[in-house]
Amino acid sequence: MSQNNQENWTTVIKPRNKLFEVNLKEIWDYRDLLTLFVKRDIITSYKQTILGPLWWIIQPAMTVIMYMVVFGGIAGIPTDGIPQPLFYLAGTCMWQYFSSCLGATSSTFTGNAGIFGKVYFPRLIMPLEKVISNLVRFGIQLGLFVIVYLFYAIRGIAPSPNWYLLLFPILVVMLAGLALGFGILISSMTTKYRDLTILFGFILQLWMYGTPIVYPLSQVKGKMAAGFDLYTLMHYNPVTPVLETFKYGAMGAGEFIGWGWLAYSFCFMLVLIALGILIFNKVQKNFMDTV
Amino acid sequence: MSTAIEFNNISKLYRLGLVSTGTLSHDLKRWWTMNIKGEEDPYLKIGSVNDRSKAADSEYVWALKDIDFKVEQGDVVGIIGKNGAGKSTLLKILSKITAPTTGTIKAKGRIGSLLEVGTGFHPEMTGRENIYLNGAILGMTKPEITRKLDEIVDFSGCERYIDTPVKRYSSGMMVRLGFAVAAHLDPEILVVDEVLAVGDAEFQKKAIGKMQDVSRGEGRTVLFVSHNMNAVKNLCKHCVMLKNGMVQSIGDTDSIVGEYLNDEKVVEDFDLSKVNDFRGSGNMRIGKVEIHSEGDVNGFVINDKPAVIRFEILNPSCIHEHIEIAGGIKNKDMINVHYYGSRLKAKLLSTPIKEHFFVEVRFNPLPLTPGDYYLSVELMTTNKELLFYRDRAIQFHVEAGNFYGAGDRWDNGLVLIQQEWSIMG
Repeated sequence: MSQNNQENWTTVIKPRNKLFEVNLKEIWDYRDLLTLFVKRDIITSYKQTILGPLWWIIQPAMTVIMYMVVFGGIAGIPTDGIPQPLFYLAGTCMWQYFSSCLGATSSTFTGNAGIFGKVYFPRLIMPLEKVISNLVRFGIQLGLFVIVYLFYAIRGIAPSPNWYLLLFPILVVMLAGLALGFGILISSMTTKYRDLTILFGFILQLWMYGTPIVYPLSQVKGKMAAGFDLYTLMHYNPVTPVLETFKYGAMGAGEFIGWGWLAYSFCFMLVLIALGILIFNKVQKNFMDTV
Repeated sequence: MSTAIEFNNISKLYRLGLVSTGTLSHDLKRWWTMNIKGEEDPYLKIGSVNDRSKAADSEYVWALKDIDFKVEQGDVVGIIGKNGAGKSTLLKILSKITAPTTGTIKAKGRIGSLLEVGTGFHPEMTGRENIYLNGAILGMTKPEITRKLDEIVDFSGCERYIDTPVKRYSSGMMVRLGFAVAAHLDPEILVVDEVLAVGDAEFQKKAIGKMQDVSRGEGRTVLFVSHNMNAVKNLCKHCVMLKNGMVQSIGDTDSIVGEYLNDEKVVEDFDLSKVNDFRGSGNMRIGKVEIHSEGDVNGFVINDKPAVIRFEILNPSCIHEHIEIAGGIKNKDMINVHYYGSRLKAKLLSTPIKEHFFVEVRFNPLPLTPGDYYLSVELMTTNKELLFYRDRAIQFHVEAGNFYGAGDRWDNGLVLIQQEWSIMG
């Protein structure tokens, strides 16, 4: 029996993982599952609806119209000289991608308890899949943005894009990363303490108003709240630099937020993902016992 | 032969009761002792043995304790044990669904586990799309599935509906499709839970046949968990019997199954003396109910042997009365397969003036097809005053015996009837 000790064990199951054990090779091995899950999500999301994927366009369009009435019309908040539909649409598309990724990833454990209880595959596949499948929706909504933009361009009142627009792919990665990191963190914590689900729904709502979507960041300049300088405070919201850079790059709204804040946001994302994976890994081994 | 799987002192601790209450305080205490004081997990020491019939003396229980054995490559090992013995927990650990509390499992090769068929099926997607999805969930790659697609479709027998959303499928078809995918998984080690208990008899035969091919022809290691002793005997060379979360014995199938059926003291303790939701006056009531084959004190009912039901009657005020006992035996589909009663034999049971006594009824034999049954009990006076009635008061399991003397297990129909065959002419 003792000579067996030297043999090559391919699978070893032990009580706990090391802190940062992300088996990237394992996730790569399951890439087909990832694509199939993405396909499933897209195929099934609007089955048995009449308008089907058109909803992906209707939702942001309605939101924008509502913002135009409430914030543009009633509250009279200016939009940095950008046509209102364009300004709100830019913010809405980006925020919706972020919030739908966050919403989907934050229920990874509770929402998939059934399947996780029956079969093993790298659990990170699930949140990754959500981030990717939402990307398709985001792409379509971005198409709507481009169409609206061209509409204004033809009429000659379109603001001009600048070189910062080239940062766009990085901005999307940052949004996805922030949502993923935050989502898996919440998901890991809600398996045991369900109170967080309620708290989280509330936070997400507040977060939206703390991000310059329905108002430009320039409007906050010089405003104080409870002794804090709101303008500086809002820069610490990691989503703010991403949104501001996009709006500045795509249509020259406001001014460039600065590389420093962008780097801050990026680092925030990296730390969040690291922390998320750390806790996710710890939870995924035993969460079936607590769900 | 070399070792394919090695279990080293696998243990699993579960917390009883509501998981949510007090988790935070326990978590904090655990964190305090482990990280600040640098001691061992305080809750590991206090777990009690997993014996569900006894009231727990600790909030924590060892679902598995020091499981330690090896499985040879190409072996087919059955894991047997009563409900709650730890079989499913062991499978869950082996399938990486949950981690052990202590110990390690080492294995050579990919472990494919089948705890359920059709995991991840989406009702809106077609059969074909679901084959791909389910296959990928079980660990197959896309080209692998494409290569086996025809075979899978053929095995499932759902060819005609393969491009129809599975929500239009019957539940049987769904199971067939799910099993077909699973059967074409080729891991070096296959872990199978009681998935064979689904589907019709013809399909079960096919499924067992496929599993036999896998183990014999292709030399794979299979771990098979089942309550179905016939399936275990058909498939497995060796068996591991679990009891209260520990390994009771390991050995060749015949001797272990024999041990499981005969030696383990597993009297099901059906005590109705404490239940409150019964009908009737309760002036006299039924306490413990035991059902087992005659001469077998282990709580097994085998359908080719006489069976005995023993009722304990509690008569706290020592009433002297003529009583009747009656009731029905229902199968798991809630069909009343039999109605028993002392009146059927025109038997008046005259009670002794005692606080408790026993009444026994003997069936010779109890010719029911193997499976789970419920027994309802009714106790009344001969003047039709209802004393105690409870529907589905106890559950029992009928094991397959050699009823017809020809050795075949027969699961179809409700009852077994002796028959004589001859050719005339």
